[in-house]
Amino acid sequence: MSKKMLVLGEVREGSLRNVSFEAIAAAKSAAQGGEVVGVLVGQSVTALGSDLIQYGADRVVIVEHVHLAQYTSDGYAQALLAVIKDVNPDGIIFGHTALGKDLAPKLAAKLNSGLVSDVTGIEAAAGNLIFTRPIYSGKAFEKKIITDGLTFVTIRPNNIVPLKKDESRTGDISSLKIEIKDLRSIIKEVVSKASTGVDLSEAKVIVAGGRGVKSKEGFAPLQELAKVLGGAVGASRGACDADYCDYSLQIGQTGKVVTPDLYIACGISGAIQHLAGMSNSKVIVAINKDSEANIFNVADYGIVGDLFEVVPMLTEEFRKLLIKA
Amino acid sequence: MMNIYVLMKRTFDTEEKITLSSGRINEDGVEFIINPYDEYAIEEAIQIRERNGGEVTVISVGSEDAVTQLRTALAMGADKAVLLNIEEDIENGDQFTTAKVIAEYLKDKAPDLILGGNVAIDGGSGQVGPRVAELLGINYVTTITKFEIDGNRVTVVRDVEGDSEVIETNLPLLVTAQQGLNEPRYPSLPGIMKAKKKPLAQLELDDLDLEMEDVEAKTKTIEIFLPPKKEAGRVLKGELEDQAKELVQLLHNEAKVI
Repeated sequence: MSKKMLVLGEVREGSLRNVSFEAIAAAKSAAQGGEVVGVLVGQSVTALGSDLIQYGADRVVIVEHVHLAQYTSDGYAQALLAVIKDVNPDGIIFGHTALGKDLAPKLAAKLNSGLVSDVTGIEAAAGNLIFTRPIYSGKAFEKKIITDGLTFVTIRPNNIVPLKKDESRTGDISSLKIEIKDLRSIIKEVVSKASTGVDLSEAKVIVAGGRGVKSKEGFAPLQELAKVLGGAVGASRGACDADYCDYSLQIGQTGKVVTPDLYIACGISGAIQHLAGMSNSKVIVAINKDSEANIFNVADYGIVGDLFEVVPMLTEEFRKLLIKA
Repeated sequence: MMNIYVLMKRTFDTEEKITLSSGRINEDGVEFIINPYDEYAIEEAIQIRERNGGEVTVISVGSEDAVTQLRTALAMGADKAVLLNIEEDIENGDQFTTAKVIAEYLKDKAPDLILGGNVAIDGGSGQVGPRVAELLGINYVTTITKFEIDGNRVTVVRDVEGDSEVIETNLPLLVTAQQGLNEPRYPSLPGIMKAKKKPLAQLELDDLDLEMEDVEAKTKTIEIFLPPKKEAGRVLKGELEDQAKELVQLLHNEAKVI
């Protein structure tokens, strides 16, 4: 049974986030031959509409308003409710990002609907959509179906493979004019802290430090390696508790749950709470002085040694490799 | 007087390994705790009351078992606790169910401020806070790391994937706590003694004028499974420099991630 699916394209620093292309792929499989409609919300986002189409959306609806320049739950909810009314979809897919996590439950509650959050896989079976998602921070997984209302879904970045970009694809890009009013939150200031500019939840490569990093300054070689690999820096709870870095970098059962292609754990012992946050990464590298450290039990590759010796060597080797390539 | 509510969930201790028995999560012998993010919410609520006066009521939806964690919250310094005990009426609730029950309880309580964790470490959906706010028609801000209040005006800092947004808004408001908001206190011995005498009410669906159909889940879990066990991989040997070279080649040629 084909369905009409809506996908919110999320814009960050002027371009679409990768998770939005992954959401289109998810919507395609959920639609089972039905229409996939992209939505863009913001102040001046029309130019990005063709990107959504080239990644698989059939058409795009744009909502532009000066009050949508920054994300607020009130503003975006008004925009999306208008689009939902206009398009009349069977379901809506968001990234499981700061924005998606904040907005999707509000809309699902408003429309008396179920929401499956943090989805890592979608399959269609006997007319039902079956969603796979981690529970207990990835220590287990569950399969869920939605039994009533619209199908609201947020998908975890880096898990669903986007479709190949097809620059010859075309589709209708239309604009929906609405009034945005009664915003109850005002954003006074945005302070950027992400040091490499790559977001942890979407990073393909993460270089993470634990207590073995020993100080704030000890993160410098990790930053350097992350920069060479175009990745992000993360940390264990131990490193955050010791004040070597900000809590926003924490990976684990409390903190972020990440699934990059490559996770390089430096001076991390591998407590169960940390493993819950990263053990579903595709490839794990452990660097630790202690050959008995638990992290080696989940690592694909391990080096027993001092991270302050090993990490700069790796940075150098990767640099050589990437120059060649 | 400020009327402050905290939404709290009883969860598995983070140390616990997960096992299954007949397709369900095995709870035998498991230690339970207050969801760590909800602990930040409780601490913040107590600090806000200490500075501004008011009353802190901690609410949990679940079974009789959550009484232990509610008593802990009272021992930390909350004034009252309410258990919305829906265990007998509802077998398979979801986030819609929980939010609906909480909102129904709160709708005539005129809350000024509601705090909760931004996510529970078991279900991991992070839906209940925003859903409750929407059902009550009040504003919300998720994943906050700082909270300041001046009369009716509230300034919060919201963690947005590493960036921080400074947001101004007003009461009534619901906020969800992110790590870094505060350092939750341990219950003191006098706190634990006092907690035994603090009011802890238990309500069921009937007491909330809700029928089972009103709170019936919108989603259903059809299967639970454990991820494949990760095999320990290869620990490289030789001079560190050679190991570094070998690792980069392996990641490039064998694992093909670089």
